[in-house]
Amino acid sequence: MGRHVLLIEDEPHIAEAIRFLLDREGWVVTSHSDGADAVEMIKRASPDIVILDLLLPGRSGHEILTDLRVDPAFATLPVLVLSARGSADTRARVEQAGASRFMAKPFANDEIVATLRQMTPA
Amino acid sequence: MVPFNILVAVCLVYVGLLFLVAFAAERRAERGRVGWLRSPLVYTLSLSIYCTAWTFYGAVGYAARSGLEYLTIYLGPTLVLIGWWVILRKLVRIGRSQRVTSIADLISSRYGKSNVLGVIVTVIAVVAATPYIALQLQSVTLSFGVFASGTPEGWALPDQSATALWVAGGLTLFTILFGTRNLDANERHHGVVMAIALEAVVKLVALLAVGIFVVWGVADGWSDIAARVHASPIADWPLQPGRWIGLTFVSAAAVLTLPRMFQVMVVENSDERHLSTASWAFPLYLLLMSLFVVPIAVVGLSELPEGANPDLFVLTLPLAEGQGKLAMLAFLGGFSSATSMVIVAAIALATMVSNHVVMPLWLSLREGGARAPGDVRGLVLMSRRISIAAVLALGYIYYVLSGGSAALAAIGLIAFLGVAQILPAMVGGIFWRGATGTGAALGLTVGFLTWLYTLYLPSFGEGGLLSARILSEGPWGIGWLRPQALFGIEGLDPLLHALFWSLSLNTFTFVSVSLFTFPGPVERMQGLAFVNVFDHDPGARGWSRGGAEAEDLLTMAQGILGADQAQGFFEAEAGAQGKAGFLPETTPDFIERLERRLAGAVGSATAHAMIAQFAVGAAVSAQDLMAVASEAQQILEYSTQLEAKSEELARTARQLTEANDKLKDLSVQKDAFLSQISHELRTPMTSIRAFSEILKDPDLPAEMQKKYAGVIHDETIRLTRLLDDLLDLSVLENRKVKLDVKVANLHDLISKAVQAASNTRPERQFTLHRDYPAEHIPVITDTDRLVQVFINLVSNARKYCDAERPELSINARQRGGRIIVDFIDNGSGIPKASQRLIFEKFARLTDTARAGGAGLGLAICREIMANLGGTIAYLPGQGGAAFRVSLPVRREVGVEAAAAE
Repeated sequence: MGRHVLLIEDEPHIAEAIRFLLDREGWVVTSHSDGADAVEMIKRASPDIVILDLLLPGRSGHEILTDLRVDPAFATLPVLVLSARGSADTRARVEQAGASRFMAKPFANDEIVATLRQMTPA
Repeated sequence: MVPFNILVAVCLVYVGLLFLVAFAAERRAERGRVGWLRSPLVYTLSLSIYCTAWTFYGAVGYAARSGLEYLTIYLGPTLVLIGWWVILRKLVRIGRSQRVTSIADLISSRYGKSNVLGVIVTVIAVVAATPYIALQLQSVTLSFGVFASGTPEGWALPDQSATALWVAGGLTLFTILFGTRNLDANERHHGVVMAIALEAVVKLVALLAVGIFVVWGVADGWSDIAARVHASPIADWPLQPGRWIGLTFVSAAAVLTLPRMFQVMVVENSDERHLSTASWAFPLYLLLMSLFVVPIAVVGLSELPEGANPDLFVLTLPLAEGQGKLAMLAFLGGFSSATSMVIVAAIALATMVSNHVVMPLWLSLREGGARAPGDVRGLVLMSRRISIAAVLALGYIYYVLSGGSAALAAIGLIAFLGVAQILPAMVGGIFWRGATGTGAALGLTVGFLTWLYTLYLPSFGEGGLLSARILSEGPWGIGWLRPQALFGIEGLDPLLHALFWSLSLNTFTFVSVSLFTFPGPVERMQGLAFVNVFDHDPGARGWSRGGAEAEDLLTMAQGILGADQAQGFFEAEAGAQGKAGFLPETTPDFIERLERRLAGAVGSATAHAMIAQFAVGAAVSAQDLMAVASEAQQILEYSTQLEAKSEELARTARQLTEANDKLKDLSVQKDAFLSQISHELRTPMTSIRAFSEILKDPDLPAEMQKKYAGVIHDETIRLTRLLDDLLDLSVLENRKVKLDVKVANLHDLISKAVQAASNTRPERQFTLHRDYPAEHIPVITDTDRLVQVFINLVSNARKYCDAERPELSINARQRGGRIIVDFIDNGSGIPKASQRLIFEKFARLTDTARAGGAGLGLAICREIMANLGGTIAYLPGQGGAAFRVSLPVRREVGVEAAAAE
């Protein structure tokens, strides 16, 4: 087990909540709060799964995702996009950019954990 | 010999008889028993007013002087009557369908109810008729004189002008009594017509009696007469083809245009079919009237002493032969001729003067239009009566002034040519749709003036109204302007000369001006109604033949209502009658509904007139037309208003477009704002939801429970503050803020703000630079709001100043009536591109150090300062982030309203 999760989220309280939930699942969580160097961070850490907020300081989650998918090595890396903008329009644009899954804030704890499990079958 | 007083008595009895006949006819007509009053015979006899005293006495004189030329006077009317279906029938039809009251009304009505034309025709008619009426007075007076001088008693001849005055007065009375009993031209003057029919018989019998007496009593039958003719100068007078043609033409024109002829022929006509009887009966009457003219003339010339007036042969021959009773009859014939002409002419002229001069003047002089109908009715009657008196007075005055000069003898033909000037406008009007009112008016004027100049004025003789010099050399010595030799054409008979110039200039002007002008709407409609009067013949196409008319009506209705509406209406009407298609039976009900429908679109008068035109083919009255004209005027005014309205609409549309664009922008901004708020609300709620679910776990260690409860608490406060800020902003933006204005020391306010901002997180080392003495400025404003702005600026500096050792300088000063406070930190400042945005809502530039606040702070500051009558602005180039707050020392009360605009 011990899947490696990279959490890119600038809201400290939200990041703290997600970390608590995944700790409890026995996963390894790395947090990052800046958008500017997020792509390098992902490539360097090479996690099993990425949780990406859309509204970040420095660079938007959308741009980060688009950039990431250009690299064939990360074309299939599971990415869960979180956003406080829950509109259908946002979801479509995010999925277009290559998100594996999209989840609107606020989310249910069970739901986010279950989703992440589905995204990374053991 | 007949004593003069018996003559007067016979005259009075005769006039009394006429009164009785006229009165009886009126009574009969009033009781609805019109019967033989409207017979073709009476109609034909009434036409005999063509034969006035001028023809009764004058024809013999004419023959004695010029041979057979007098026949032309009868030839013209004969031709017109024989060819009655060419012009007469159309005139009569138009006269009835348009309810024409006079020839002036005909012309005026044809050219769009033009009052100018009515006046012109009236003037021509009056000018031409006045001498003619004078001539009748003269002939009556002369014949009286003949009797008086011929009496053996040597009865002193009464003063001639006194006789004429009596005659004129009597005629005025008679004419007023029977000529103005009723108003509507459609109610005919039965009494008058009956009286003149009787007079026609009297004058015919008189002339025939004299003729028979002369041929078989004086001469020895026709062979003797023929021999006498051969011996007399009459046989030597050569025929002048030019004069014959010209005179025939003039008399033909006159029979159509003389007001009195128009009156009996058109206005008094009750049945078109009478024309066909008159077409042979009237020429026969004329033939009988002219039969003995030459015999009387030659016998008179041979029997009576040299120098005897041939104009009075009819009277003087019986007198000379001692036939007193025959002379009396002849006298009555002449008297009849004169009186019938004067009566009808006076009625016709008075109608014209009253309708086209007096009434329009009266109506225009008094504001507010007509009063009650009865009121106007009385007024019209009064105006007609006065007009009759005036016309007769004019004739009398003319008679007195001219002193019975010899010039009167020629006045008949001169008058004929005068009224003949109306012919082009009349004939053009009923046959040519292109004829216009302007053309008619100018043609009439030109023709009338030419006639005045070339014939009428010279007729007074040299030294009369025109000096001999003008006649022989032209005005101002201009030869080609000589009245009787215009443009150098000399040697022509004066009458032919005037005929040629007046009518050709008249016609030329009429036609050419008509070609270059355009008729107005009413004129166009009238032109159509006149020219095509037979197309809507009710006799030929009655109501029973619904189909064709329904089609006409549909065509018309489409023009007014539009094709869809009209077809829909007709189809529905046809359906209601159980018919398929678009053509219902033209039942009165249907017509009425159609008229109402049309009235909704074009006004009731127009609708009525149109329906009448298309459906009934008649009965468009002068009133209808005036109503149409006034509606057209209203429509014109309305369309002017519409133009103004449509400009206004275009302006409004532009404003609406602009407003709409603004609204669209606002809507886009609103969507962005809502989306932003949604985001700002969801973020703290995400934490709250996540941690509250975590807290449900009973196994959670106590210290974790406490920590997470704290997070939930903080995020709740953040949410609350966000909502507070939003509400605050909303109130401020709407300028609905109630200011709590107090006096304070600026120093105290800054200190309060610094204190309040000191617990801003994250807690950092922070240095503040203030100049206390400068801060002591009294200020009158909403102090709480001003402190709110200061707190925002100080805590922003604490939160966002990125210097290693953050510092903030606060500088306050007073400039005039304003206080200026600058807040400058030592950070890297705000990038130039962002400086414009920072005061917008949710314009938080970076999220690196968020500790509450949703980016509404500066937006709120801007709104507060606006409410306080001040400003807040970013100061570029100060090193760090720099804001300047400026406000009036004293916040004026009542400025809120102005600020809200």
